[in-house]
Amino acid sequence: MRFKDVFSIIGPCMVGPSSSHTAGAVRLGQTAGAIFGEWPEQATIVLYGSFADTGRGHGTDLAMVAGLMGFNPDDDRIREALALAEEAGVRVRFRTARRAGLHPNTATIILKRGEREDHITGCSVGGGNIEITSVNRFEVKFTANYPTLLIFHDDRPSMIAEITDILGKAGINIGYMEVDRMSRNGDALTVLELDQAVGKDEIGRIAKLPNVRRVCAIPPFGKA
Amino acid sequence: MRFKTLNELVGLCARESVTIGRLMLAEQVRESGETEARVFGRMSEYYRVMKEAVRKGIEEAPRSRSGLTGGDARRVYEYALGGSASLGSEACTAMACALSVSEVNASMGRIVATPTAGSCGVIPGVFISSQQRFGWTDEHMVYGLFCAGAIGYVIANNSFISGAEGGCQAEIGSAIAMAAGALTELRGGTAEQAVHAVGLALKNSLGLICDPVAGLVEIPCIVRNGFGAVTALAAADMALAGVRSVIPSDEVIGVMLEVGSLMPESYRETAKGGLARTPTGRKILDDMRLEGMK
Repeated sequence: MRFKDVFSIIGPCMVGPSSSHTAGAVRLGQTAGAIFGEWPEQATIVLYGSFADTGRGHGTDLAMVAGLMGFNPDDDRIREALALAEEAGVRVRFRTARRAGLHPNTATIILKRGEREDHITGCSVGGGNIEITSVNRFEVKFTANYPTLLIFHDDRPSMIAEITDILGKAGINIGYMEVDRMSRNGDALTVLELDQAVGKDEIGRIAKLPNVRRVCAIPPFGKA
Repeated sequence: MRFKTLNELVGLCARESVTIGRLMLAEQVRESGETEARVFGRMSEYYRVMKEAVRKGIEEAPRSRSGLTGGDARRVYEYALGGSASLGSEACTAMACALSVSEVNASMGRIVATPTAGSCGVIPGVFISSQQRFGWTDEHMVYGLFCAGAIGYVIANNSFISGAEGGCQAEIGSAIAMAAGALTELRGGTAEQAVHAVGLALKNSLGLICDPVAGLVEIPCIVRNGFGAVTALAAADMALAGVRSVIPSDEVIGVMLEVGSLMPESYRETAKGGLARTPTGRKILDDMRLEGMK
């Protein structure tokens, strides 16, 4: 069954006009913000395909920024998101671009603060659902419907075992996982979709593992 | 859920002597593992959002973000009050309420997707105008939403509810069928009559294409929500009068799947055909592109 319950038919409650171009765009912004993990000084949002063509009329620009500010898809402040971001000291720029082979509703969000910079690309796949397809130069595929961990580390033996050992001992079940690396023995990214939220303790222990450089914990957003 | 077809749904309701709305509430409680109070409360909150959207569109007459639409709900509402509507004031008010929610959606206001944002006006239009007219309680209306949800659940899992997959028939068509079945039950019709209303309504929107001008949820989506509310009233009236869908409603849902699957991509929300590709439709898109992103 594609649709499992009554609230996938009656619902979600959202700010219009489009579940894909507005509600999904909020969630792309939310997820990018959660990955970056702090308030950006500068956000550059690149819109592709249908987002580029019809995004303005759908408020895709406002929705992305609202998501970065942590608003939910049903937040009345989405309409004022650009002004609110400016007040909060976030410089926002938009670009449109073409690239072959992308899902029609794709965006890249580039967040900067000081020396730090993250590039997050994702698409809105319908009904307010999203898929993140790349983080920095790593290819990924996750929905942010579950508590999700992104762990940046060196590619070396037993790394995954050490991470999953910490989660297993905390009683946290892994629903989906993937590993991508730049090169053999090079930089790697492990993405874990979990059935339970991860506590600060576990995140801290994973972050302290040798060869782990950074851990991002993305909370599960209610289905938009 | 213990049912996959409308026929199974009617069978369960008959066997357990419950309405579709009450059965769906119990099924949702079972599926989610949440308490009945919590599930009912969530749906009640959705109904409150729908009512607020109806009020807002008529009282504030918001313009859409693109500037293309807005204000028609208030026009139709005032016209209905004038008492000279060809539809009669009740159906004309339902139409105004549906337009209202759809205009609020286009203005980036808060709505409930029923089943989608593009078709978010039909069910509130029918429900809120009928509640005023018949003096029903909110509780009665919330059971009606569970009934509409049960019908939509069957349609969505056996066919589709998004314009990108099945054209407008899948969005507005499904919303009309859900509203028609629910109104039939709200007015005291049997589960069997409610399901006949679904089939009668769906047959009337088979083949409807999704061809939004400039890709926006405005033209023709907003007026189709208004028409949809009126069609739902008509289908419920036919069912309550004893009209039956000779082709069983489950088979009509199958036809929607067949028609949607054969529908060219240009008529499935891509804005590459139909009204979107008329000279005027193309000009609107070009003008908006020139305006560009901020």
